[in-house]
Amino acid sequence: MNETTGKQGLHVALTGGIGRRAVLAGAGTLATVAAIGFPNIVRAQSKTLKVGVYGGYFKESFEKHIFPDFSKATGITVEAIAEPTGEAWLVQLEQAARARQAPADVSMMSQVAMLKGASAELWAPFDLSKIPNAAKVVPHLVNKYPDGKVSGIGAVSWYITLVTNTKSYPQAPDSWAALWDPANKDKLGLLALVSNSFLLEVTAATFFGGTKHLDSEQGQLDCFKKLAELKSNVKLWYRDEAQFEASLKSGEIPMGQYYHDVTGLAAADGQPVRSTFPKEGGILDSGSWAVTRASKAGDLAHVFVDYMCQPSIQALLSRKVGTAPTIDRKMTDLTDQEFAAVSSDIAPIIPRYDLYTSKSDWLNQKWTEMIVG
Amino acid sequence: MIRRAPRGLAEHAPILFPALMLVVFFVIPFSLMIAVSVFRRVPGGFYEPDLVFANYERFLTAFFGGVMSFSLGLAALVAALSVGIAFPFTYRLVKLPRGAQIRWLVFLLSILSLSEVIIGFAWSTLLSRTAGITNLFVALGLMAEPQSLSPSFGALLAGLVYQAFPYTVLVLYPALARLDPYLEEAARTLGSSPLRAFFTVVVPALRNTIVATTIMVFVFALGSYLLPQLLGRPQHWTLSVLITDQAIYQSNMPFAAAMAVFLVLVSLALVGLALLAGRREETA
Repeated sequence: MNETTGKQGLHVALTGGIGRRAVLAGAGTLATVAAIGFPNIVRAQSKTLKVGVYGGYFKESFEKHIFPDFSKATGITVEAIAEPTGEAWLVQLEQAARARQAPADVSMMSQVAMLKGASAELWAPFDLSKIPNAAKVVPHLVNKYPDGKVSGIGAVSWYITLVTNTKSYPQAPDSWAALWDPANKDKLGLLALVSNSFLLEVTAATFFGGTKHLDSEQGQLDCFKKLAELKSNVKLWYRDEAQFEASLKSGEIPMGQYYHDVTGLAAADGQPVRSTFPKEGGILDSGSWAVTRASKAGDLAHVFVDYMCQPSIQALLSRKVGTAPTIDRKMTDLTDQEFAAVSSDIAPIIPRYDLYTSKSDWLNQKWTEMIVG
Repeated sequence: MIRRAPRGLAEHAPILFPALMLVVFFVIPFSLMIAVSVFRRVPGGFYEPDLVFANYERFLTAFFGGVMSFSLGLAALVAALSVGIAFPFTYRLVKLPRGAQIRWLVFLLSILSLSEVIIGFAWSTLLSRTAGITNLFVALGLMAEPQSLSPSFGALLAGLVYQAFPYTVLVLYPALARLDPYLEEAARTLGSSPLRAFFTVVVPALRNTIVATTIMVFVFALGSYLLPQLLGRPQHWTLSVLITDQAIYQSNMPFAAAMAVFLVLVSLALVGLALLAGRREETA
């Protein structure tokens, strides 16, 4: 909102001839109109649903392959909102909800964000009787409040895997242990946050026999200690995906952790990159659809989520967006080859989402001290 | 010109608008931030109104002390370098013909239109191994093989100075343009070399401008949070980066607010000290 009024003001000022006072008055009026709830009026007339999906490649694919058919089938127009990765969007949604605003009605949220949002009761509960297709979603991908109400429904699953530049690494690495290899000094790009890199889980699975090792504080400290050993290998701790993706393609940072789907698409485009499922497993993360409590389009959101849970749409997502289905694979018409492109038979590393709610601040502090110190 | 103090509402009116803007855009947001900084963090959630000082306690550790000193040192270095480069540059600039001056100023203004993201990506490409400047050195035979110069402290410093430079020039420009040329001519007539005249006449005459500009660049550099992520290693992350992490990624507004309040207070104190030192020198 601020940005819009700012640009308007600047535009008027640049075109000239209008006094400063008029610019300020104009900006004020625009701000008032927006604050009164201008979007709601539009929505009532045209049945528009604001859907938040990760910006960039994800949003483009949804706008190209998914939303037009949805609008054709239901008469609901979708306004795609680009959300930032991870918890940044959660904070924006929560702040907006406190002001009874909904920047998006329904958003795709990561699991950590789902849990944090649930503890603040940010999500409006779903009525499953209005979403018959939700029954097909794998049970552990349906998020619930402690009292059993449904807070989120699995949208897509994705893997974070070991990625390499094929020119720098003719031979694909087969284990996460490659991240610790002294030969890879200053060559890695890793995610910068404890709650989106899931490197504690990777460490536990690679060196301590599984993520169960993270049950105790001692186990967590073990993993931090082991992780600190790979610090000199890391060239970039990235928050922004574009930053790593460009460097991976160019070979500037030839190894790291990244999203299997996006890497596969880049490889299909002819880029010298590959995604490998290490023998310890790829990290399986997923996004859920959730509706902010400030949204006034709950009914339309139910229609949308039901549409997205259909087997044909889940298969379409796998083919076009490269995500793994959130329903049993047998319900879809995906071929073995198509399924292999988005998933793997190797048992995945499942993130310990519970830790990121119960001990989030402690883990975050230890993590920051580990990589900064 | 009225020399006496303004009386009545009408004479105070011109100051009302800026005062109002100051309240709306600084005092109110800063008060809100102070309020949030004493709210209670709900672990794994958001925050609830309260009056606790846990957020400040968490900040008062050697770890955050180290990050804070690094941020302040970095900002001071950026300020010193920017002013150190921009002052002689602007001094030469104001002596150019008017047309050339305008072309330079337009060029500097166009650098200002670049966002921090673009500057960061441009510098990281320029300093990269695969497409960077070292390839040119290799082609010229100055280096054996291309090297990666980013991320590093030097890269971060270069990016920050590049970003601050146009501001610095634009702030210095009016003062240098107004400087009486006879001052320097007198010094030259009395036999001092151009360099000596510059350091003993021009620089002291503009001391207050230099101090004010340095403080402005210092504060400007202190707020930088994107370039340290793009061009620096984790040990070069400023306090602003950690504040962003807490506010945006950890949804820990109270702790982020507490750090921000601390940063504002420390920088205000430093600015105050700098001004005080300047005044004492003046009276001495």
